[in-house]
Amino acid sequence: MRYAMAIDTKKCVGCSDCVVACQTENDVPIGYCRDWVVEVMDGTYPQLELEIRSERCNHCENSPCVRCCPTGASHYNEGGIVLVEKNKCIGCSACITSCPYDARFVHPEGYVDKCTFCLHRVKKGMQPSCVAVCPTKCMYFGDLDDPRSDVSMVLKKRKWKTLIPEAGTKPHLYFLI
Amino acid sequence: MNDTLSKEILTDDQIEQDLLKNINWGNKFKLWLAFLAVSLIICLYFYYQQIEHGLGVTGLHDYVSWGIYISNFVFFVATSLIGMLISSVLGLMNVSWVKPLARIAELVAVAFAMVAGLIIITDMGRPDRLLNVFMHGRVQSPIVWDIAVVVTYVAISILLLYIPLLPDIALCRDKLKNVPKWQQKMYKILALGWKGKAKQFKLMNNYTRILLILIIPIALSIHTVTSWLFAMTLRSGWDSPIFGPYFVSGAFVAGCAAVIITMYFFQKNYKLDKYITIDHFDRMGRLLVLVALVYVYFNINEIIVPAYKTNTADAKHVQEMLSGHESIMFWMVQLGGLIIPFLLILFRPMRRPLPLMLISIVILTGAWFKRVLIVVPTQLAPYYPIQNVPEKWTHYMPTVPEIAITTGSFILVLIIMSVLAKLFPVIPIWEIKEEINHNKN
Repeated sequence: MRYAMAIDTKKCVGCSDCVVACQTENDVPIGYCRDWVVEVMDGTYPQLELEIRSERCNHCENSPCVRCCPTGASHYNEGGIVLVEKNKCIGCSACITSCPYDARFVHPEGYVDKCTFCLHRVKKGMQPSCVAVCPTKCMYFGDLDDPRSDVSMVLKKRKWKTLIPEAGTKPHLYFLI
Repeated sequence: MNDTLSKEILTDDQIEQDLLKNINWGNKFKLWLAFLAVSLIICLYFYYQQIEHGLGVTGLHDYVSWGIYISNFVFFVATSLIGMLISSVLGLMNVSWVKPLARIAELVAVAFAMVAGLIIITDMGRPDRLLNVFMHGRVQSPIVWDIAVVVTYVAISILLLYIPLLPDIALCRDKLKNVPKWQQKMYKILALGWKGKAKQFKLMNNYTRILLILIIPIALSIHTVTSWLFAMTLRSGWDSPIFGPYFVSGAFVAGCAAVIITMYFFQKNYKLDKYITIDHFDRMGRLLVLVALVYVYFNINEIIVPAYKTNTADAKHVQEMLSGHESIMFWMVQLGGLIIPFLLILFRPMRRPLPLMLISIVILTGAWFKRVLIVVPTQLAPYYPIQNVPEKWTHYMPTVPEIAITTGSFILVLIIMSVLAKLFPVIPIWEIKEEINHNKN
């Protein structure tokens, strides 16, 4: 099982509902977020192109953050989801500096926190809260090993990219372009 | 032969008298210690606040998660490396003028390395889980390597301070009769039944030699691994293969400056003019010039190579340094803290004790800010920045508790050095005696 997410940059309107849904679902402390929206404008007027992306932890297959963790608090969970076991984390911030996507932050209680792909919901057969709440249905979540999952189907049909492929982290977050 | 020691012929008795007379806790020293202790308690109050409220009391935020705590840690590790250069490298090459300075260098090494280990705890979000590093430690993690080498380095440095001290502790045990009882008892235990037999000397010299050789790779790795904490990430400004030697060469500059300052104050307060002479300062000044040259060379590499590739993230990072937001601090550190002092020391009058000490203070201050320049700006420009971040994420300013805790680390170093220097002779008595008797014959 390899969980992955695909985000349609053509459909996304940048409403930040995913950010709010995540903060509510996961009790993210005020002032922090596990996912965020990026808008990139390209070209010169009037030939402008706007790409809107809802970004979060890429749950890389080859994660620098898991590699550099001194205690094993950062680990791969079932389905390749990268998690932080908060009781093991000493808060040294090595993972934060090693993450090229800047996906992690220090929780006010001292441990490092990040996106979990809403594993607690996924285990119950539900979608991650950001995917479930998206008003334009621009996010697809599922198992890459299952050829009939939403994410596998859409990746077959559409052109996609990943972020910072040169880092060699094998991210599991795909952006449809 | 040793031409740096004072020209007048010193007798054994005189040497013992000169060097042992500082071992008494006079009122002046007690006052100094009380002042340090009170300052430390004030700083500890701020650490208590940090434990109570978490790292929220610091200026650290999402972007900058390593602030002045980590730069201070790098600075302390750097300064402690001088013990290796002076007592091992120069000592093993039989450079005789360093002999009276070896113990001072080792004292600086022990004090700074010990406190460096504590500083890293202050940066942890959950210091209560420190043991997790040992219980669940993973060999893949540079943090674990760093902790391993820091602990080893502290241990070996303490041994390297202690073992050559044995004959002098025995001397204290035999000669110092008017010190408090606990101190006499301490000498008795620490002297390990030293009787000054030839066999004992041989054993001690053998052990010291092994440790002196052992500490070279360990000292090199302690600072190389510290640099790897940064170099092993994908961040412009850190992602550099020369970070190891760059850090090591910088470490010697900071360490030389620290030893010169320490030497100066020991010479003045303990009246050691006959043992730490003007010539010693002159030679330490030359050593400082040598290591500063190597450091300048690495600095040029670190700046020119990325700056040449005009459009990469690394180049932007360098531009930010040369003419951007960090430029004032950058030029102050590079010119004021490295190039100008280095050029000044080239002139002989500037290598006299007082000017050299003052220049060393400037160099040491520059070295501290240099570490901030290495650690902080890189984090302000993440590899893949997220947008619309809160205004406060784009700059970093240490808060009062952060500054107080950092100051506390310096006070702790002063306490360790002051106390150790009041319990044991700072100049190796037996080595000086040996040296002078050797010269006589």
